[in-house]
This record gives sequence, C-alpha cells and structure tokens, in this order.
Amino acid sequence: MSEGRSPILELQGITKSFGGVEALRGVDFALLPGEIHGLVGENGAGKSTLMKIIAGVHTEFSGRFLIDGAETHFRSARDAHAAGIAMVHQELSVAPDLTVAENVFLGNQPTNRFGLVQWRRMAREAGEQLARFGIDVDPMSRLGDLPIGLQQLIEIARVLFSGARIVILDEPTSALSPPEVERLFSTLRRLREEGTAIVFISHFIEDILRVSDTVTVFRNGRKVAETASAATSKGALIEAMIGRGGEALEHSYTDDLMLPQPSGSSVILKVDQLSLARSLQDVSFEARAGEVLGIYGFMGCGQQELSRILFGKLKPDSGTLAVEGRPKTFASTAAARRAGVALVPESRRDMLFHQEPVYKNISISILDRISALLLKPAQERDIAQRQVEQLQIRPPVVGLDLGMLSGGNQQKVALAKWLTYPPKLLVLCEPTRGMDVGAKNDVINIVRDLRAKGLAIIVLSTEPETVLSLADRILVLKRGAVVREFRNEPVSKDRLLEAA
Amino acid sequence: MASSETVPAAGQRARGLAPFLRSQMRNIAPFLTLIFLSGFFAFASPSFATLDNLGNILTQVSVTGIIAVGLTFVILCAEIDLSIASIANVTGIAVAYFTLQDSYVNIANIPLPGAVAIIVSILLCALLGLVNALGLTVIGIPSFIMTLAMMQIAAGISALLVRGQIAYKVPSLITTLGSGSIGGIPWLVIVAAIMLLAGHLVLTYTRFGRYVYMVGGNREAAEYSGLNVKLILGAVMVISAVCSGIGGMLGVAHFGSAQQNEFDTYLLDSIAAVVVGGTSLFGGRGGIGNTIVGLLVLGVLNNGLDHVNIDSFLKILIRGLILLAALVINVYAQRLREKAAE
Repeated sequence: MSEGRSPILELQGITKSFGGVEALRGVDFALLPGEIHGLVGENGAGKSTLMKIIAGVHTEFSGRFLIDGAETHFRSARDAHAAGIAMVHQELSVAPDLTVAENVFLGNQPTNRFGLVQWRRMAREAGEQLARFGIDVDPMSRLGDLPIGLQQLIEIARVLFSGARIVILDEPTSALSPPEVERLFSTLRRLREEGTAIVFISHFIEDILRVSDTVTVFRNGRKVAETASAATSKGALIEAMIGRGGEALEHSYTDDLMLPQPSGSSVILKVDQLSLARSLQDVSFEARAGEVLGIYGFMGCGQQELSRILFGKLKPDSGTLAVEGRPKTFASTAAARRAGVALVPESRRDMLFHQEPVYKNISISILDRISALLLKPAQERDIAQRQVEQLQIRPPVVGLDLGMLSGGNQQKVALAKWLTYPPKLLVLCEPTRGMDVGAKNDVINIVRDLRAKGLAIIVLSTEPETVLSLADRILVLKRGAVVREFRNEPVSKDRLLEAA
Repeated sequence: MASSETVPAAGQRARGLAPFLRSQMRNIAPFLTLIFLSGFFAFASPSFATLDNLGNILTQVSVTGIIAVGLTFVILCAEIDLSIASIANVTGIAVAYFTLQDSYVNIANIPLPGAVAIIVSILLCALLGLVNALGLTVIGIPSFIMTLAMMQIAAGISALLVRGQIAYKVPSLITTLGSGSIGGIPWLVIVAAIMLLAGHLVLTYTRFGRYVYMVGGNREAAEYSGLNVKLILGAVMVISAVCSGIGGMLGVAHFGSAQQNEFDTYLLDSIAAVVVGGTSLFGGRGGIGNTIVGLLVLGVLNNGLDHVNIDSFLKILIRGLILLAALVINVYAQRLREKAAE
C-alpha cells in the first residue's frame, strides 16, 4: 500500500556504540508518510537507541540520516522537534499540577498581543482536540487528579496534535485499558490518513499487528526482519526476535525446558485476591519452601507494585497476605522483615548505602540480632567477611566504600545482607539485570543454594531468561492480572512471550 | 546488555593525598577556619588568647552546645528542627512557672517541689517533641513546616505562662547547673561537655546511632533494609526537643530570668554551629565532633569580634558571611564526595 511514495525519513548504515559496546550495527531504516511502523525486539535490542537518534537525543553516531531525501544532522532534541519529529517516552512526562489545557498546550500557550495567556481560548481548543481523540474531560481540571491511563492518553494526544510529521510512541499502551487502547488506535489510523508517519514500539505484539502497516524486528543491535504486518504472525515475530541457532553465547532458552513436578512442601506465602488501583487485579498465588516462583511480565505489568506490597512498602486496596498460614497486614517494611520477608529491589541504588563501607551494608539488616544497644563492629566485620568470601565478592575488602564496587558485586552485597539470618521468603526483582555472564551465573548459583536450604524465593523479571534460568514454577502477569501459570510442563521463551 | 565487570584494585582508594583530602573536606575546612580565626584574633588583640577568655568562650557557647546536640541528630537524618529555640524558651519558662517566685513577680504560677518542677518541664518539652515527631512521621508534614508551626505553638505557650512578666526563681539544682561552678569550671560548661560526649557515644557506638546515619545516608535504602524509619525519625525529633528543653532551663538560670523571646538568637546559632562544623544538610555525614568545631568557630568569632575594635553593626554582617561560606563548603563537599563515590 505504500509503494511509490518516497520516505519522509531514511537512515542508512547507522552504527552507535556506548563505551565500546555496539548498540546498533549498520541499521537501515525508512519511514514513509502515512505509515504506522511497528518496532519489536527484546530489551536492549536497539529499538530505543535508534528512536533516540531519530529524536535527536543521541547525536553521536555513524551512518547517513536523511529527511525528505536531504542529509541532516541534529545537534539536539530541539533540532529534531523543529524538523517535525516528536516522541512520547515510556515514562509519563506531564505536569500533574497544571490543568489539562495547560498540559495540552505546554510550551506554546495561545497569548494575546500583550503576552497574556488566553485562558478561554486555550480551554476551548484543548477541549476540541481531546474530543477528537474521544477524551471527554474538563480542560480546566487538574491533570494529576485524572487516572494514569487518561493522563497518558492526554500526553499522547498532545504530541499527536502538535503538528509533528513524525511521531514516535514508545510503549504507549502499557498503562491503558482495552477501550483506551481502542481510542488510541482509531486516532492513529486517522492521523495516518492525514499523512503523519508513526513509529510504534511495543512489547505487545498483538497491538503491533493490529495497528501497524509494517513491522521491523531488532535483535542484538541489528535489524533482522522487515515485513508487512498482514504477512506475518505473532509466532513468526517472536521467532525473529529471539533468533534460532547459536548466535548468542549464553543459553538462549529457545528450546523447551521441563518444569519440575511441584514439590508439595509447606506453603510459606499465600497471596489472595490482591488488587491495587490500576496496577494489580485479583492476584492470587502461593510460594512454597524450597521452590523458586518466577513471575514474568512486560514492563508496567504490575510486578514492581506486587513486590512492594509483599515487603510492606505499598498497601494493597484489597486482598490478603498470609505467611506460614498466619494472616499479615504489613504496616511497614520493618514488620515485613520481622515476619521473615526480604526484598531485593531492581534498583541497587535504592537498597544500598553507597557512601558506607561494605560491612555496614551487609550488617544493617541483622544489627538488632547481634547487638541490643552497643554495636559490635568486630562481629559485624566477621559476618560480612564470611559473606564476602562465600559469595566471592570482589575485592574481598569489607572496609571499602560500597560505591567502589562494580554493579555485579554490588548486587551480591544486596543479596548478602539477607543471608546471614536467612528470611523465610526472599523476593528478588530483576536479580541479574545489567550483569555480565559471569556475575549472572554467580547470582543464579547463589539463588539455587538458597532454594536448596529451603527458602521460598520469588523472582520477578521482565527478562524471560532470568525467569527461565531460575524458576520451578512460572506465573505470567499481564496488565496486573495473572494470565497463565506454567507448572510441571515444558516452557520456553516463545511460550512465555506468547502468554504475556 | 552485558556491562563490563571492572574490579577496582585494592590500592585504588589510596590514589594519593589529594582525593583523600577532597573527601575529607567537610571535616578539614571547619577546623582550618577555627585555627585561622583563633590565630587572627590572638594576633589582633592581646586580651583574646588568655585562659580567662577561653573560659568565657566555652561558657558563651554552652547553651547553644546543649541545644545543638539534639539538632545534630536531626540534621544527620536530613531533617530540620526550627522549634528548638522556642522549645528551649517554653521549657525555661515552665520550670520557673512551677517554682515559687518572689511576691513582686506578678505571675499566677503553680509552685511545685524543685525535682517535680524539673520533671514536669522535661515532660513538657518531650511532649512538644513528640508532636513534632507525629506530625512528621504519621501525618507526613515536612519537618521544616511542622517545626515552623511548633515554633509558634511553643512561643504561644510561653506567652500564656508569663503574660509579659519576668520570672526569676528556678529550682536550686537548675540554678547551680546554670550559674554555679566547681573548681573554677562553670557547671554549665561541664553539662554541655557531658551532653556532647553522650551524643557522640550514642551516635558512634550504639545501634540507634548507626540507624541515624543510615536513614540520613539513604532513606529509601534504610526502608528497603527493613528499618523502622519513622520510629527513628520520631526519636530524633524527641531527642532534639529534650536537648532544647535542658538548654532552655539552664539558660534561664544562666541569664538569671525567664521571659518571652529570650532564646530567639539560639535558633540560628544552633543551626549554624551544626552546619559550620561540617555536618551535611543532606544527612548521613558529620557528627558531634563536627558540631563541637562549629560551636568553637562561632564562639571564637562572636567573642573575638568583641575584642577587636569593630563596628558592632558590622559584626552581624560578618557572621552572616561566615555562615554563607560554611554553607557553600557544605554543599560543595557533598558534591565532591558524591563524585568520589561514583
């Protein structure tokens, strides 16, 4: 349907590296006017890097960059904006304390000749624009009072109606409900009729197939496929994303993996009908002693909220928790720790003290067990030294400030702080994210040891490999609800992605 | 994406003297300031560097020192307490209110035995500190605003108790500690020294002290370590109020009277002492040692300016400039450390 038109944007042989690691290798990409172009690939495959080059965020790269056939080089995001390119990032970037109308017109409010804002006109035009989008909301209400999905729609609307010729949407549907997704799609189709070129990045392959004309697949910084959406399927796209054959050194988990028979050991944690606003809906599951429960889902599927509820950092709207059969309502993280729950969040910065020595980072969670009133630094150092040796933390110096350690070793310290007096339930968020193969294997072995010692472990991750390498049983979380459980059956990356 | 695993060599920490000095800047700069100011005033005025005058300086900073002990805990947690001076004032007034005054003092007060008056007064300041603590942790009011309100509340209670009058009598124990001396050393200085020492021991050698540093260093991480962050924050607010109350009672004895607005200058002086000493306003760094240096810097500055011939109005400006310089160093030292940690 798009033959005969010349591309509005064309990239040729784009290569981009970060500190010696190539994020993009010789990528060609062309975007036609009036086209919705879907982009899929795993985390770190290069989609976002490419989009940031187009939006003028990354300005250093090699390769040719043409707009309307003329070679261009953006020096900033402002240049890209001037050329009619707009991007909606995955994270909301709205001003919650301003009104809806102000958000729609952020940066270019209509003014009269004295430079004063024309409120009435702004409200009227914002209302009209949003109505075209099917959003019925008072333009003068405070944006932050609206539900998150609606805020996201308004942000998208702002960008779509900013007059941009090229619009890039990064994971626009992750916080939206099905009818909201519908509204977004019908608007995208209308803009396509008007000649706008749209890039649509998403983990939700069904969404991509429904709305896009063309799909491009990225893997390991390369473009591995480009095809008309009508001529492909979810299965084929997943296969292209993951790749067959020995391209990666790591175990790629493309083949079926047999999950073991559930052990029937005692239930440590029972979660029943947990719900939280738009994040979680009636989530129920059990975690058993000596078992690793994997919870897989895309970014924004509710994993983060779930882990925070288990550790008493967030309060659910409804639902119950029970540890070893006793119902609990964790009023604080301290209460959760006392009940035998431990959490390692995805961000190490959130749980470690970078300006303090390693031993203080390890001993913090057990201080109340080793000292009633006075500290016992020698004992703290001993305990830390033992953990450092057991987990092979490098360098093995407990007096070193934590900030001096590499990321992988910091992650081991984060684990070490819970291991001296092991908890009953260990919740790990993204335990191997951003690690090299060696450190990943170390962490995997540590977790397996803990399982052998009879801990109940929950691993939450957006990376299928992480879940597959650790879990005995896998739940798939999608838009806040458990949609599939894998147990005692074959599972693979394809099957996980298919379910999510 | 695999991140390359670089293991820092063990020797990397001792890259040389310069990085070490940079990371220690918050401790070194106040100390150098103290030495510089002392040297300057000793040179400029023959009456400055005498044993008598040292005693004067110590006495002059004692009340501030007692108040600053509690404030150090609060600032180490990256919070602030603006109600310290008002709480000192109301506690000093309360202890006089519960003491039998001479007949010419026109206050409808309630005389109690000395020990009871002291205990009731301490309970009063602890209660006000508890209100600060609840406002901060349970309701979630930022400490800056909460203690700003408490500043008014405490001043209001003071006003109601004395109604513009002045009281003179306090229990004899308070009179001794506030204005007596033993072997030539004022009890006030001894009490301040003991409280500073106690504060130092608590912060350095107890579990609670460690928690204070951890909560100040990274509150999120403290929470993810299962610490009861709210309890610790609440405790430091109460400690701060009680220290202020003790400072207020002894201060009243030291001044010889209890009246409204008597402690107003102590708010800025106490904050200045803690911050000039190098305790980080962002929490987690510093301690009582820093506060002592800060107290001495302020004490030497105030006292020294009296010894040299200088316009008394200019003194205020000079104090302001010194405080500004200390704040610049404080923020700058934090940045240097963060850079060193990355």
